[in-house]
Amino acid sequence: MEIARRKDHLEISELDPFLAELLRQVPTSARAEGDPAAEARIYSAPSSAPRDELCSEWKAYVKPELRRLFQTAIETVAMDLAQLSGNEKTFANRSLKIPENHAEAWLSALNQARLVIAAKNDFTENELSDHCRSPIGSRRDLSLFQVNFYGFLQEFILREINPLAAGD
Amino acid sequence: MVGPRLPGNEEWNGVDPSRTDFSILSMATLEETEIQQETRPKEGLDVPWQVVVHNDPVNLMTYVTMVFQKVFGYPREKAEVHMLEVHQKGRSVLWSGVRERGELYVQQLHGYLLLATLEKTG
Repeated sequence: MEIARRKDHLEISELDPFLAELLRQVPTSARAEGDPAAEARIYSAPSSAPRDELCSEWKAYVKPELRRLFQTAIETVAMDLAQLSGNEKTFANRSLKIPENHAEAWLSALNQARLVIAAKNDFTENELSDHCRSPIGSRRDLSLFQVNFYGFLQEFILREINPLAAGD
Repeated sequence: MVGPRLPGNEEWNGVDPSRTDFSILSMATLEETEIQQETRPKEGLDVPWQVVVHNDPVNLMTYVTMVFQKVFGYPREKAEVHMLEVHQKGRSVLWSGVRERGELYVQQLHGYLLLATLEKTG
């Protein structure tokens, strides 16, 4: 896989079918609905006191806006991922172009997916720091690889759109 | 602020503060207004509030730094100090002041999927 910044977009090229499939999974993986642990992480409480008046107000007024914000980012990413559709049966490597003005949507969707996967699997901090773990094993190992792969892409996007924040 | 915004994020950055003042949103009648005045305004006006960000093992350090720069307008060095405090001590106070402004900051931080809470000072 190669990843580079072009004139007005970010390009991920030489994507093998396995990594292309992981990318196609971003919108699905980012869905927290139906999983209490994932929902609790994505829509976290605004106060450490769960019975706080602010928490109930938040649920009524802020959560719907957050849901809309997150959904917009996922839809943008899904639109870009359409580039990877159509040749699922071939084993040829693929390329994906991410328009520069979609970069923040990608950051959000990748972050949603990482948080949801981690919450669903209840990953420990040690597991999340184990970047050498092979994806070929259990479903849990594959999910951990997915979190790390999405994190790698986040780091790249961050470095390209905001070099000062990334420390370059 | 640095870099482009999240699609749809305009509503966060250009938010009308009155939209986050939930006491105003719920004041449909004079009677209800009196109830609100009994339950909330003193704490909102008199007591300083603080925005606290808590550690989580998933968010990237570079991402958290970027969010602090964007939401609070902090220079990179200051944003990194807070990010490291979150990472090492489990929490960092990012801002303190009036409740309504604090609610807006927490709302923005949640939009970036950070664990943030609004707490009374002291």
